[in-house]
Amino acid sequence: MSVLSLTLASSLVLISIFVSYYQKLGIEKEIVIGTIRAVVQLTIVGYILHYIFAANSALFTLAMVTLMIVVAGNNASKRGKGIPNVFYFITFSIALSAAITISLLILFGNIHFRPQEVIPVSGMIVGNSMVASGLAVSRLKDEIKNKSEEIEAYLSLGATSRQAAQKVIKTAIKTGMIPTVYSMKTLGIVQLPGMMTGLILGGVDPIDAVKYQIMVAFMLASTVAISCFSVTFLTYREFFTSNHQLKEVGN
Amino acid sequence: MSNKYQSWKEIFSFVDFRTKKGYNLNINVTVVTIEVIYVNEIEFKEVSYSSFGKEILKNISVKFEGGAIHTIVGPSGAGKSTLIKLINRLIDPTHGSILIDGVDVKTIDVIDLRRRIGMVFQQPHLFEGTVKENIEYGPMLKGEKNINVEYYLSIAGLNSEYATRDVKSLSGGEQQRVSIARTLANNPETLLLDEPTSALDPTSTEIVEKLIFNLKEKMNLTIIWITHNMEQAKRIGDYTVLLNKGQLIEYAKTYDFFTNPQNEITKLFIQGKLKEEVK
Repeated sequence: MSVLSLTLASSLVLISIFVSYYQKLGIEKEIVIGTIRAVVQLTIVGYILHYIFAANSALFTLAMVTLMIVVAGNNASKRGKGIPNVFYFITFSIALSAAITISLLILFGNIHFRPQEVIPVSGMIVGNSMVASGLAVSRLKDEIKNKSEEIEAYLSLGATSRQAAQKVIKTAIKTGMIPTVYSMKTLGIVQLPGMMTGLILGGVDPIDAVKYQIMVAFMLASTVAISCFSVTFLTYREFFTSNHQLKEVGN
Repeated sequence: MSNKYQSWKEIFSFVDFRTKKGYNLNINVTVVTIEVIYVNEIEFKEVSYSSFGKEILKNISVKFEGGAIHTIVGPSGAGKSTLIKLINRLIDPTHGSILIDGVDVKTIDVIDLRRRIGMVFQQPHLFEGTVKENIEYGPMLKGEKNINVEYYLSIAGLNSEYATRDVKSLSGGEQQRVSIARTLANNPETLLLDEPTSALDPTSTEIVEKLIFNLKEKMNLTIIWITHNMEQAKRIGDYTVLLNKGQLIEYAKTYDFFTNPQNEITKLFIQGKLKEEVK
């Protein structure tokens, strides 16, 4: 793709600016800022990846993955605003899901420990993990707030914090996992996923592209399960004292 | 009757606090056999509680006699629910202490304490499943299996056929009775009731009132009952406490409280002229 044709494609953004202006949505500024940020960020990432791929260094690869995890953790923790240590819990959970899933993929021979493979795969894992753990934490917070009297009913029967929170923990994990499970159901019918589209556009045989995409579906299923499970079990404790009392959490 | 128990308690104050009610420890002293029964007198000593910088309870000192029904009345936002949650340590005071038969609740294992002090809420909060599963929940947590579900149902005035019913199929009044039976399955010595009848119709309210009254009479439970309904407080209370804006205004025998109030605020409350605290 030439730079000229890419520049011409940028005119597509004008359509969204026009819609916003015509319908008085007031988001023209946001669209312009979003577009500029996307171009700048992707260009920088393109050059960084170009350098890392050329260097073929394990250290650089891990540094890049770590950066992704920290940024994702920071972003997702906004959904658990007000919960102490939520950034650490989410970041740890994303890192855990990435470590387990990537290690297994390498062990099974699906991918190799090369920056060209580990970085894009990590990107998908971290991205999905970020959304799933953010959803789980946000649901956990809402459930505990809305069901505080029910939780206290369990506690007053002699339940521990863990036993009293069992029901809300289940709901939170399920909320985080559901979007990924549902999207697996429509994979290939409603949507042709980004990775597969990219491979096909890059000239790879669709059958090979599909193999990779199936691997991605399996990988994301494990990723969201690990991150939601981990983040929910780490976070629920913040709502209780060591004496099995429900803490009053502000907004 | 309670005075007799009171003196026994003073004589045998060294006896392990955790001995279960109903165990009735028999001590033979030469020719005399003395029966020790727990009193469960609850004492608040200069208790204050604050949340997010707001003082909800202010310097409360009161002694709830064991084996009696104490009704707590007061406008919304007066701190009534906060007061009873301090007893089973769903919350801890910011200042002061709460003693049960002279023992600071903070020194008792919190899970053990909550099993001994049952609590019933305004809403029954039954868990999904059958009545039997709900009643077995508390004992199951401490590893007790095959408890006599029918016995607890009968105390709550429900026949054994209820055991297998799905809780969703029960009326509001039946659900609240199951909730009481579930609390009783832990064999508590004290009951904390947070407006248990406020969501019920008059018939169900009467059934619950009789049930609780019988518990006090037959099992000598100490009962602390929050109510919005002054008539209910008159009907069921041995003692009545008025809370207003986090302060204890008056604590007296229920008859005296309503016929000869000592405090001006109590008089206003009885006349229905005390405004609700704006939260």
